[in-house]
Amino acid sequence: MYYDPFVLPFTLGLNILLIYLIIKYARWIRTFSTEDRQTIRRNIFTLKTWKAGKEVFLESLVHHKIFRINPFLGYMHLCFGLGWFLLIVIGKIESLVYHTSIFNPPYFAIFFRYFHPAKETFPGSNVFAFFMDLILLMILSGLLLAWLKRLYSKALGLKRTTRHRPFDLLILTVLWLIFPLRFLAESFTSGLRGGGSFLTHTAGDFFNSFLPIEQLSYPAWWAYSSALGLFFLLLPFSRYMHIPTEIVYIFLKNWEVRQGKHFSGISQFQLYSCSRCGICIDRCQLGSSLGMTDTQPVYFLKKLRHGKEHSILVDNCLMCGRCEAACPVDLRLNALRLTQRQEDIRITKSTYEYIRPAAAKTTAKVAYFAGCMGHLTPGVIRSMQSIFHKAGVDYTFIDEGGSICCGRPMMLSGNHHTAAIIQEKNKASLEASGAELLVTSCPICYKTFKEDYRLDMQVLHHTEYLDILLREGALHPHCSDITTVFHNPCELGRGCQVYTAPEHILQTISHRIATAYEGKDALCCGGSLANLHISPQQRLQLAEDALNAYAAYRPDVLVTACPLCKKTFSQPGSSLPVQDIAELVDGQC
Amino acid sequence: MSVIIIGAGPAGCEAAYQLAQAGEKVELIEQEAQPGGNLNNWYQLFPDRKSAQELNRQLILRLEHPNIRLHLGCMPTKIDRREGRFEVQLNDGALLTGQALLIAGGFQLFNAHRKEEYGYGIYENVITSVELENFFTNQRIQTSTGQLPKRVGFIHCVGSRDEKTCNFHCSKLCCVTAVKQAIELREILPEAEILCFYMDMRMFGPGYEEMYREAQEKYRIKFVRGRLSEASENKAKQVLIKAEDTLIGKPLKMTLDLMVLMVGMELSAGSRQLAEMTGIEKATNGFLRVKDPHFATNETNQKGIFLAGSCSSPMNLTDTLTDARSAALTIREYLKHIDL
Ligand code: SF4
Ligand code: SF4
Ligand code: SF4
Repeated sequence: MYYDPFVLPFTLGLNILLIYLIIKYARWIRTFSTEDRQTIRRNIFTLKTWKAGKEVFLESLVHHKIFRINPFLGYMHLCFGLGWFLLIVIGKIESLVYHTSIFNPPYFAIFFRYFHPAKETFPGSNVFAFFMDLILLMILSGLLLAWLKRLYSKALGLKRTTRHRPFDLLILTVLWLIFPLRFLAESFTSGLRGGGSFLTHTAGDFFNSFLPIEQLSYPAWWAYSSALGLFFLLLPFSRYMHIPTEIVYIFLKNWEVRQGKHFSGISQFQLYSCSRCGICIDRCQLGSSLGMTDTQPVYFLKKLRHGKEHSILVDNCLMCGRCEAACPVDLRLNALRLTQRQEDIRITKSTYEYIRPAAAKTTAKVAYFAGCMGHLTPGVIRSMQSIFHKAGVDYTFIDEGGSICCGRPMMLSGNHHTAAIIQEKNKASLEASGAELLVTSCPICYKTFKEDYRLDMQVLHHTEYLDILLREGALHPHCSDITTVFHNPCELGRGCQVYTAPEHILQTISHRIATAYEGKDALCCGGSLANLHISPQQRLQLAEDALNAYAAYRPDVLVTACPLCKKTFSQPGSSLPVQDIAELVDGQC
Repeated sequence: MSVIIIGAGPAGCEAAYQLAQAGEKVELIEQEAQPGGNLNNWYQLFPDRKSAQELNRQLILRLEHPNIRLHLGCMPTKIDRREGRFEVQLNDGALLTGQALLIAGGFQLFNAHRKEEYGYGIYENVITSVELENFFTNQRIQTSTGQLPKRVGFIHCVGSRDEKTCNFHCSKLCCVTAVKQAIELREILPEAEILCFYMDMRMFGPGYEEMYREAQEKYRIKFVRGRLSEASENKAKQVLIKAEDTLIGKPLKMTLDLMVLMVGMELSAGSRQLAEMTGIEKATNGFLRVKDPHFATNETNQKGIFLAGSCSSPMNLTDTLTDARSAALTIREYLKHIDL
């Protein structure tokens, strides 16, 4: 049995941390709904668990998503994540090769250099020593980058670094001390007794030349163990709580536990999984266009977690999903924010009694639904009618005489109860048509039809439908030199994952110019119904900035696929014409 | 001393004349090929039904004053301030200098395309108030299908008092314009049903309220209090409108043969550019901000730069001309001051 009192801080810290985590996670999991538990039970013994494991490796250790967004930041995280992990795993193997006993306590591997008499070699001891040094070097290089990041965040391609509380600074300092201390302890020991490899050995000799390492070596191990122990004790109260929590969250996510309408156990896991990497900050147009630099998820989640006042932050978000699309932890940031919006509208079933009974059953297979937003852009309706006609489609325009709202704006303001009443009313009239396919012009309707209505007919946004018509040859586009840039509406792209259909359409009927805002990186027009805080002037600013960003590519037309985007973009009075994709298709076929 | 005036609409013309009469040299710059600004598009003026072109002619005639140099078809490309003088570079290469700068860039009408739900540019029988003036000038009122309209609706507050278009301000003139146009229309179409859909009737000027009463009693114009929500078009190319009559609290549906949008006023693009070039602040309503709403209505946050007319807020012609005279006075005071 290897033992020395200096291992106590580490051992104590680790055990307290483990007990704390187990209790905390168990509490959260206890609040899961029966439905969630069933989902977990159903999925736990499937490939999903394997997938989760893979994701843990790629995201928690390698930090592969951060890498793609910013290589510097990615490398920094990789050094810490993977580096530390390898240090533990290879260290453990090394200790096992040296002394095969499963009863060796965890600290034996961690402080192996201290317990292992350097003279005593074992199979591969040099190779192990070499790798352990290499990994330590990698972590130290990451540390250096982290330092630089704090000093010059611009040089690493980040506009801002997240703001820290004093407590966070304390634990940050402790974390940053851990590896230099390990380096010193190992170097001193190897300077004294030999062992180590290119890094610690060399450094040991070097320190020996001018430092009393004999007196320093033992205190260095104490310091290293204490730093570790302190780090473990502070961890639950700091942002580093994300390290263990993210792993559990990745499993839960893969087992398909969903963030619902209300704040729940899975919300807790998400709250604590945010690594405060700050990637969401630069994605947010409220920051870049309006200089609002306190509302991004990293700040919002922090306030929520620490129970600080956050009512304005709750309302001040476009729910554009740009941050969510980039969040390396894959947190459901919009849904999380929505859980904090309160019901504040009371509507009963009788509110909508004045609406006429649903339209009569028709024989048409296709039902067209413009939506209340669609009715604000008669040009789009016009084009759709013309396209149906050209393609010889038998259709019925089910809300020609008007309709009520699809309910999504209510949902986005937190009024789920009201939304449910509206949806019920709407669903009855949609299904009464007896059509097989519902085509809608509004991505906002589309999202809620798909996700919440559970309709017994297929639903498509007109972008997808037009793509099908073009592919099937039902429409005949003529050659055209017109150049286009596509603005993918938030609710259609990031909201419903419709990315390829508009791309294909524009490639077929125009010269599509690729921009920096493709797919998930599309901008928000600023008109979003979800922001309950900003002023119309601020919306105008958002729209103007987004328009200018697209206009820089000098297209003949900026094409979008949402009545609200089209209307929002028409307000700044720009010279760049904005059209809905349906209008463009109608004009080109 | 010389003054540079940018914009030769009614405000610019009047200010130029007043300054010239007082012995100042005036450089009057106008981007269009003729002076007159928005007045060129009008047929008759409220409240006395004076011919717009007659007034325009009078204003332009006075520009023949020897102290006025008119630069038509010109735009400033650069404005510099050097040793208390303004140097204005024009796009035709000329360089003008003056001790004071008067901005009279005026307003522009709201682009009705931005209010797509009303169908302007999409439905054939939706026109703006300016187009109706044109109809009056040509004395020909007919729908796109060549018929005499039997029911005409005027829609107030298009692009004004409307959060969705980011225009919160009241354009002030469209109510009385609608009343005037409705009366003119009645004279041509004695049998038609003519309606105005308004939020509030803002009859602020002398004689306006009387005209409004006359419109109801003598000219049988119907005034419906309610804002239009949206419009569509039927096969006969009539416009189907939905609104709410807020006085009786009932939703209302109706077909119109002709729908007239009372488009509001916004700061003109030219005025906006000038503001950006010279650093003049804008007020929250988008117009240029005057230094003090009571005592310095023609001054700006930039010393030596003055405003006249509707670039500082919507104004009718009476107020525009008064404002121009006030600007001329203010500038003379200023010039005296820098003389010392
Ligand atoms: S919310 Fe996501 S992107 Fe933002 S700081 Fe947290 S982990 Fe990073
Ligand atoms: S959803 Fe959009 S507006 Fe909201 S925080 Fe994220 S990026 Fe900003
Ligand atoms: S004058 Fe009348 S129509 Fe014009 S904006 Fe004001 S209230 Fe509306």
